[in-house]
Amino acid sequence: MSDTKKVAVIGAGPGGYAAAFMAADLGMSVTLIDPEVNPGGVCLYYGCIPSKALLHVAGLINESAEAKNWGVTFTKPKVNLDKLRSWKNDVVLKLTGGLGQLSKQRKLTYIKGTATFVDNTTLEITSGGKKTNHQFDNIILATGSRPATIPIAQKFTSRIMDSTRSLALKDIPNKLLVIGGGYIGLEMGTIYASLGSKVTVVEMTDGLLPGADRDLVKVLSKRVENLFEAVLLETKVSDIKEQKNGVKVEFEGKHAKNAGKLYDRVLLAVGRTPNSTGLGLENTKVKINDRGFVQVDEQRRTDEPNIFAIGDVTGEPMLAHKATHEGRVAASVIAGKTAAYEPKAIPAIVFTDPEIAWCGLTEVQAKKENRTIKVARFPWAASGRAASLGQTDGVTKLIIDADTDRVLGMGIAGHGAGELIAEGVLAIEMAATAEDIGLSIHPHPTLSETIMETADLLYGLSTHYHRPQKK
Amino acid sequence: MIKDIKIPDIGEKVESGQVVDILVKVGDAVQLDQGILEMETDKAVVEIPAEDSGVITEILVKEGQVVKIGEVVARIDTEGKQQAAAPAEEAKPKTEDIPPPRVETPPVKEEARKPEPVMEQPVQKSAPIPKPAPKDSAPPKQPIDIPASPSVRHLARELGVDITKVTGSGPGGRITSDDVKHFVHHVVEDETVVPQASMTPSNMPDFGQWGAIERVPLSQVRKLISQSTANSWATIPHVTQFDEADISHVNAFIEKHKNTVAKAGGKLTVTAVLLKVMASALKKFPNFNSSIDVQNGELILKKYVHIGIAVDTDRGLLVPVIRDADKKGIVRLAMDLKDIADRTRERKIKPDELDGGTFTISNQGGIGGTNFTPIVLWPQVAILGVSRTADRLVDEGGDIVKRQFLPLSLSYDHRVVDGADAARFLRWVAEALESPLVMQLDE
Repeated sequence: MSDTKKVAVIGAGPGGYAAAFMAADLGMSVTLIDPEVNPGGVCLYYGCIPSKALLHVAGLINESAEAKNWGVTFTKPKVNLDKLRSWKNDVVLKLTGGLGQLSKQRKLTYIKGTATFVDNTTLEITSGGKKTNHQFDNIILATGSRPATIPIAQKFTSRIMDSTRSLALKDIPNKLLVIGGGYIGLEMGTIYASLGSKVTVVEMTDGLLPGADRDLVKVLSKRVENLFEAVLLETKVSDIKEQKNGVKVEFEGKHAKNAGKLYDRVLLAVGRTPNSTGLGLENTKVKINDRGFVQVDEQRRTDEPNIFAIGDVTGEPMLAHKATHEGRVAASVIAGKTAAYEPKAIPAIVFTDPEIAWCGLTEVQAKKENRTIKVARFPWAASGRAASLGQTDGVTKLIIDADTDRVLGMGIAGHGAGELIAEGVLAIEMAATAEDIGLSIHPHPTLSETIMETADLLYGLSTHYHRPQKK
Repeated sequence: MIKDIKIPDIGEKVESGQVVDILVKVGDAVQLDQGILEMETDKAVVEIPAEDSGVITEILVKEGQVVKIGEVVARIDTEGKQQAAAPAEEAKPKTEDIPPPRVETPPVKEEARKPEPVMEQPVQKSAPIPKPAPKDSAPPKQPIDIPASPSVRHLARELGVDITKVTGSGPGGRITSDDVKHFVHHVVEDETVVPQASMTPSNMPDFGQWGAIERVPLSQVRKLISQSTANSWATIPHVTQFDEADISHVNAFIEKHKNTVAKAGGKLTVTAVLLKVMASALKKFPNFNSSIDVQNGELILKKYVHIGIAVDTDRGLLVPVIRDADKKGIVRLAMDLKDIADRTRERKIKPDELDGGTFTISNQGGIGGTNFTPIVLWPQVAILGVSRTADRLVDEGGDIVKRQFLPLSLSYDHRVVDGADAARFLRWVAEALESPLVMQLDE
């Protein structure tokens, strides 16, 4: 027997394949198991990547419409849905194919199939209709999550879609109802609205993007008022019935009366459920909590010492980049390194138009924890770059520790927020102070200057926004 | 009449302690001086006795709770009678439901000459150790409250440093890699923190990966031993000198006088005799009865001889001290030895009685072994280890006779004592055991 550790990774999403690649790079013998032809998981096949490809097109459509304000008028765009779909599919194919290549280069065994636990070291792998048992020293569970259902809509169909079906882009429905005002609902709603659907979003709570700071959401809410047919807050769907001519939906709550009742399609985007069942975990000591998440420690180790779990199956936030980081931690730990999952800031991005992004501490959370913080908010109306982009409704904010001036959180609403947020993550992880940011030269003219000026604003010293300090 | 049972003053330096065991429950009839509860202080476990006879009416503390001197821990009805079922009991915390954390062992006979199975005690698996009251009620730090970059946190993990303990020198209290390195140096220099740093879980492998494990909290005594030995080991350049003494005459002496001593309430043993011999040796070789003050460049010579005796208890090693051993005769030393060893094992030793030793004797003869290298109990400078007497045939002027030899190990602080001095010291001890008149040569 060789000393090489045998590691299996179940699930080849951004967590699973990152873990597998890391484990292979660290000299272990790795088997990666996933039902798809190539690694990628939900993120590449049915999530982040295809949705961003379509959102790019949506942005283009919206911006070209806006161009009439700047003296350029386009005719109404014609959408060749087949071509759009195949472009999106090409993007997916290219990236997942690339991951397949990277797997081969790392000489890891990729099995297109599924796996269940026989015991803590044995997996029954089903591939090509054959079942075989394999032994491993360590197993990383990276099975991810799936779209959640609600009691009145327990099955997805072509008319009652989940995010996966909606990304398949079968057609552009005339009337689309999006159930859930979270990031998936808003992103998909943006895509379909831009392509010509009349989109209604229904959300149970009193605001879009529950959990995010309201000042950021406000920027988005204003814009989607124009983009969407209607946004029904504090309203609940009480019944859904598929009919020949569409989906009949009953509402209750604030906007129950003035809501339309018949939709061509419904997108259910009410969250995601961890894939922690049907894996034979009962044959191991792995523990699952009451929400279905696999319990892990700081090193992502489950209650079964040789089994690790990463990504969506371990809990919120269910984000690809969190899973990737966890996967690399788990692989390092298996390799005997002293790694731990202890992020100070996990960025969250909503790729709507405009984008909303935040990381670290939010104002909402700080209030909940009774922390003494200072908040500096810089309106993009004072940014030259925002003006030249016609994006002056954005805002950049910093959440600062009142005692030490350390950056604890950052939030951005506006064009390119997703690209800008990384600076906040770095600042928080590096324990930078607001002064550190203010004293770092940011390039002009860019939106990144708004971060620098937000920091300056904290001391009443922003160049482009005059707000004298209270004396 | 209902009276308060308070924590009495148990020594000048002790202000509080943790309740480790409650020995009575509501409704129990107790006698004067009967133990009510056991309290663990920084130095020892102390039994708090009832100051009156009567029936316990109320218990006001729980296991794990920290109590102060003078605090009322229970109430007693001095005229009460034991009730079959105490009604008040229901409302009180059911302390008796919590299995005591300590492991009961039969009282070990002091200075057992026969090999007794004094092995390590098995730890009770099911006993949930009551968690001590948290000293600091501040919530645990979240990652965002630790002002260190990911690479610095990684460095800390690699070095086994608890980053929450490191003070940052940068803006906003940011912790740099230098701060972490400095912390490590500081810990190595600061003797008292050494054992804690070496016990941080982060530099431990995860033993669970190789099979089932169980984690058992260290008792206060164990923690103190761990700190004290690690401190001694880190501070003192140890050397151990071996020798042996023919104690055939000593054994004959013990045989002859043991009944006399027993009548006086003592027990005549090799250790008792050794106490006398060592006390004389320490007077003859004062450097062995000293402490080194490195900071001031001085040797502190002690004009008193207080000898500590290593006592193996169910809680671990404790070292009670026999005061002024040089001023006492063998009978008195034998009495003191039995008294102090018994009380140590019965958890009745007072914290003060563990303080102030100038030299230590650790006798493993009752268990066995040929030799061992004891660790000097800092700030002392030497310790005598004693192993099992071995019979040996000796050619004595043509006659082959059986003699009993006692193996002696002297560990010493080389900063204070040189090898030749140690050899002379231990030889003197051996000769004094062989012919006690040696002790009188200079007097």
